Amino acid sequence: MNIKPKVGVVSCSGECCGLGTLSRVATRLVLEDVRADDTVTICLPLFLAGSEQERGFAREFPTIAVDGCHKLCAKKAIEKYSAPTADSVDVEAILEEWRERAPSARRELDSVGIRLAGRIAEVIAEKVDIVRGDA
Amino acid sequence: MGKKTLIIPCSGIGKAFGSISRDATFRVVDELRPEKAETNCLSLLVMGDEDAKRQVQTSKCIAVDGCSFECSKKNIETAGGKVFAHFRVMDLLRKHRDLKPVDVTFLDDNGVKLSKLLADEIAAKVDELGVETE
Repeated sequence: MNIKPKVGVVSCSGECCGLGTLSRVATRLVLEDVRADDTVTICLPLFLAGSEQERGFAREFPTIAVDGCHKLCAKKAIEKYSAPTADSVDVEAILEEWRERAPSARRELDSVGIRLAGRIAEVIAEKVDIVRGDA
Repeated sequence: MGKKTLIIPCSGIGKAFGSISRDATFRVVDELRPEKAETNCLSLLVMGDEDAKRQVQTSKCIAVDGCSFECSKKNIETAGGKVFAHFRVMDLLRKHRDLKPVDVTFLDDNGVKLSKLLADEIAAKVDELGVETE
């Protein structure tokens, strides 16, 4: 039997703007719904604070970093403290490609923001499938 | 205009507590005390962004953590900042045991109530700390 490891999907914290909220909500949609059986997350703040359990996971298992902006903090953090990411998502770059605006509110996404989060979740899900060899 | 108090939530993603820390922080900086408080990305700070580090080192900081790991507080201190006040969602829940939150992505009713209670406490602390003259 070929048991495929779950993929760690790791969102940036992104408190400074709506892009971070978008990356977080998209990540949660993947974890809870779109690829619930194939993914887990690690807590980035805990990872950054030095948790060996979180860092060990990112060393041993494939991860996909989901960053709100071009600063790519989640990707850089994983690669600095654990191992190269299997793939990554730059939400700001995706919105530029789609010619969509970043959400103006950061506490709660409006209906447009929630729809965008759903589309970004599908992008993440495609990467999950590729990393797991399901695509 | 003086220097604003810097509020950093943990934003933990695994449980509702992190979402509440984040939601309450945004309530304070965007709605309740926008003239006195601001926030910034915890991950940016920890990854060594010079502007974020300078902001933390020169501001009165409030750490808002979801759980007992206290990642926000630890990371502020690691970056050379001083934590003037510290809040934990789990402590608030102990005082309001009937408000057990479940949902993480979009806060449920109990999560929203906890967030509002926490935001009020943080806003009161922001008032107490005052705005520093630059």
